Amino acid sequence: MKHPFHLTGALRRACISWSAGACALALISASPLALSQAKPPVSVAAPLAQQFTLKNGMTLIVKPDRRAPTAVHMLWVRVGSMDEVDGSSGVAHVLEHMMFKGTPTVKAGDFSRQVAALGGRENAFTSKDYTGYFQQIPSQRLEDVMRLEADRFANSTWTDEDFRKELEVVKEERRLRTEDKPHARLHEAMDGVTYQADPYRRPIVGWMSDLESLQAEDARDFYRRWYTPTNAAVVVAGDVEVNAVRALAEKYYGSLPARAVPLRKPRTEPEQAGLRRLALKAPAEQAYVALSFKVPGLRPEGLPAQATVPMDAPSEDALALTVLSAVLSGYDGARLPRALTLTEPSVADSAGAYYGLTARGPQLFTLYGVPAAGKTAAEVEAALRAQIALVARDGVTEAELLRVKNRWVAGEVYKQDSVFNQARLLGVSWINGFALGSDTVLLERLRGVSAVQVQSAAARYFGDDALTVATLIPQPLEMARKPRSPAAGMRH
Amino acid sequence: MITGAIGLFCINFAWAGIPIQHWTQPQGARVFLVESPAIPMVDVQIDLDAGSRRDPADQPGLANLMATSTSNGVRASHAGPALDENQLSEAWADLGASFGGSASADRMSFALRSLTYPDILNQAVALAARQIGEPAFPEAPWLRDRPKLIASLKEANTRPATLAARAFNRAVYGSHPYGYEPTEASLLRTHVQHLRDLHARVLRACAVQVSIVGALNRTQADALVTKLLARLPQAGCVTPPPVPEVQPLAAASDQRIAFASAQAHVLVGQPGFKRNDPDFFALTVGNHILGGGGFTARLTEEVREKRGLTYSVYSFFAPGLHAGAFTVGLQTRPDQAEQALALVREVLSRFVVQGPTDKELQAAKDNLMGGFALRIDSNKKLLDNVANIAWNRLPLDYLDTWTQQIDKLTAADVRAAMARALQPDRMATVVLGAPDPVR
Repeated sequence: MKHPFHLTGALRRACISWSAGACALALISASPLALSQAKPPVSVAAPLAQQFTLKNGMTLIVKPDRRAPTAVHMLWVRVGSMDEVDGSSGVAHVLEHMMFKGTPTVKAGDFSRQVAALGGRENAFTSKDYTGYFQQIPSQRLEDVMRLEADRFANSTWTDEDFRKELEVVKEERRLRTEDKPHARLHEAMDGVTYQADPYRRPIVGWMSDLESLQAEDARDFYRRWYTPTNAAVVVAGDVEVNAVRALAEKYYGSLPARAVPLRKPRTEPEQAGLRRLALKAPAEQAYVALSFKVPGLRPEGLPAQATVPMDAPSEDALALTVLSAVLSGYDGARLPRALTLTEPSVADSAGAYYGLTARGPQLFTLYGVPAAGKTAAEVEAALRAQIALVARDGVTEAELLRVKNRWVAGEVYKQDSVFNQARLLGVSWINGFALGSDTVLLERLRGVSAVQVQSAAARYFGDDALTVATLIPQPLEMARKPRSPAAGMRH
Repeated sequence: MITGAIGLFCINFAWAGIPIQHWTQPQGARVFLVESPAIPMVDVQIDLDAGSRRDPADQPGLANLMATSTSNGVRASHAGPALDENQLSEAWADLGASFGGSASADRMSFALRSLTYPDILNQAVALAARQIGEPAFPEAPWLRDRPKLIASLKEANTRPATLAARAFNRAVYGSHPYGYEPTEASLLRTHVQHLRDLHARVLRACAVQVSIVGALNRTQADALVTKLLARLPQAGCVTPPPVPEVQPLAAASDQRIAFASAQAHVLVGQPGFKRNDPDFFALTVGNHILGGGGFTARLTEEVREKRGLTYSVYSFFAPGLHAGAFTVGLQTRPDQAEQALALVREVLSRFVVQGPTDKELQAAKDNLMGGFALRIDSNKKLLDNVANIAWNRLPLDYLDTWTQQIDKLTAADVRAAMARALQPDRMATVVLGAPDPVR
């Protein structure tokens, strides 16, 4: 992320977190849908989003929402840390920072100054799967930010000196987000053990050693390779008129020269054939354990548009795993918190499950917990797995199933309140290759998942062979209180 | 562009103002409503003067604990059978609605979000009324959760950011309740009877303000509030005693705390100003230019953009019923902490003496005034604004005159206000995690 967020955790949670998993259920997006028959229909139908391909192959998605005279303009590039190679990890994110350093017609810092002068707010974010840039503006300023963003997309430049200075900022960002945060360090280490060939094994922010040696030219190369019109989408939501936005987009974005997207190497992860364990020692009071199981995800080709077309088996399983994750930890009294933290005596101080469903890369189903005082990480690990075993043996109740589905349906309504979030979900869905409207199709499919499917998925995906277990071993703080010797690697 | 017919507010607020409806119920509850019919949902926020500034000195955090613990179950009453914590959370999940309490320094708050389909909304309001009016505060969950809270406090105390913030709060607030933090000892002193007593003492229908944004009209909103507060005592409100003010710092302080972390944490500040300060707008704009306005702020330009010393440097005021802290903060590699600190002090002193340039003031006005609509473009943001107007007893047209208040400021106004509010020679400094300075 270019600028730190002090006001809200919403975006941070969504996309800059250093795990691919952070964009949960992003595909279950914001368009209105018919609620169950028992309920009255949505009172005012908001206009649907529309998608266009500009003449150079760039994608445009527009979602009118006329409630207030504001708009959000986002540029999404289908490139993230998963597109990097060894030795220059972190370059996608460093490039995101460099995109604020000017063009031949907008000098360094002026992009942000101009957006501010328009009354706008702006930032950018990088994940394993994508890089995004956005401005929130009064809607009559849309053309101004489109002109700025299109110029930056095509013409960004920076000096070697600007690059060296910004690299120091990024290294501070890594220190802030990862090095002083034991859980972040554990998950970084865990990614490196979970994956061997897949690029998800590398941290988004990059290894410190790679940042130390990164060159301005590395970022320029990456920019030239990946920032092509066919590899990008513009998303506009808010108080806008679709045809007017389309005309502006053709003018500013559609006129940029088309270029081919480089070949993407698959780097397929070999099948895991045995349990992997790792431990990390860090200054902390509480231990922590995370278990990640390799499981199928949902791909665009796995989600037929017609409800009558059957899905393939792994895609069906991906839906069942989504329901399983919600039953385990989708609400306050869900199974994991209830069984592990709300009993007396309890084994954990916190516990949960996480499953991402859609991403460009592979999927994990993750269980995690913090041991209660006097309990061990091993006991929490056993308790987490016992809850999966319980579902595998006895299934889930119809009441649980209905509860998580009701919450999703209600969530569809609540999501409409934030224009920014609507645009974000449209962007993520495009990044993952889904057609417009897939969110509605997906929700209908999820509502059709049966208790038997959930039980079956719990029985088949949670063995030892595709499992990685990571444990944080707390170290006494006394070790940390002593001032340590000055850090190696002085700048300049 | 013309805003379409599906307006948040029935009429186009950018030109016609934001219609906040306000009335007082017979029992004394003050109600504030903005009708927002486009989405079939409603957000309701209840606020009352029972925030943590009123916590007993030996039980910091009590107000928040009481408010959050309402989710641990409700008593049996003629409204229905007792519900334990699991039954309660399942009931909320089944409705696709949410309700919960919390307390900040000034306010105790309860927030409800529900769909407005009548069958769902009626059930949600009835359940919320029981949770706020008839919480059970059972002993077993408290005895179970207390060690977890203590463990999480201890865990937080291993983190450099937490430790630096705690040292800073002590230095700025001294013994004022704004600086209270729960401790293991204070939690061990707290029993469910304290929660029950506090609930019985402060939760009164006559003591609350209720802010509502959603797809309800005035009649519906009034009925909702009546029902929501029905299970609270309606009368018996007494004016709570005054809370002392935050005292200005008598002298500068400078704490260096040894800690082995990847970054040193630097905090500089002092008590700021109260929300009812007549210079609220001048100080808001002043801070925007100094360190509140993101990338274009002076601190960001000097510390980050020109020198690459940090990822995040910021300043903010925290005006409340008392003078919340003015804070400048950053994190940097330990060996750079002294350099960054010296730079912050220089930028701060210069700004307080000289104030903003005309160009900076114009840029701040352009951003704040031009971006005003971004402050109110969702139900959630509107709710925050409406509750703020209600809490601080601001005029109902406050949002309509907001940009004018900014527009009329001069650079001299901003300079004078900042110079009055800030004393750079009497600030508290905390640097945690730097190597011993070479002097």
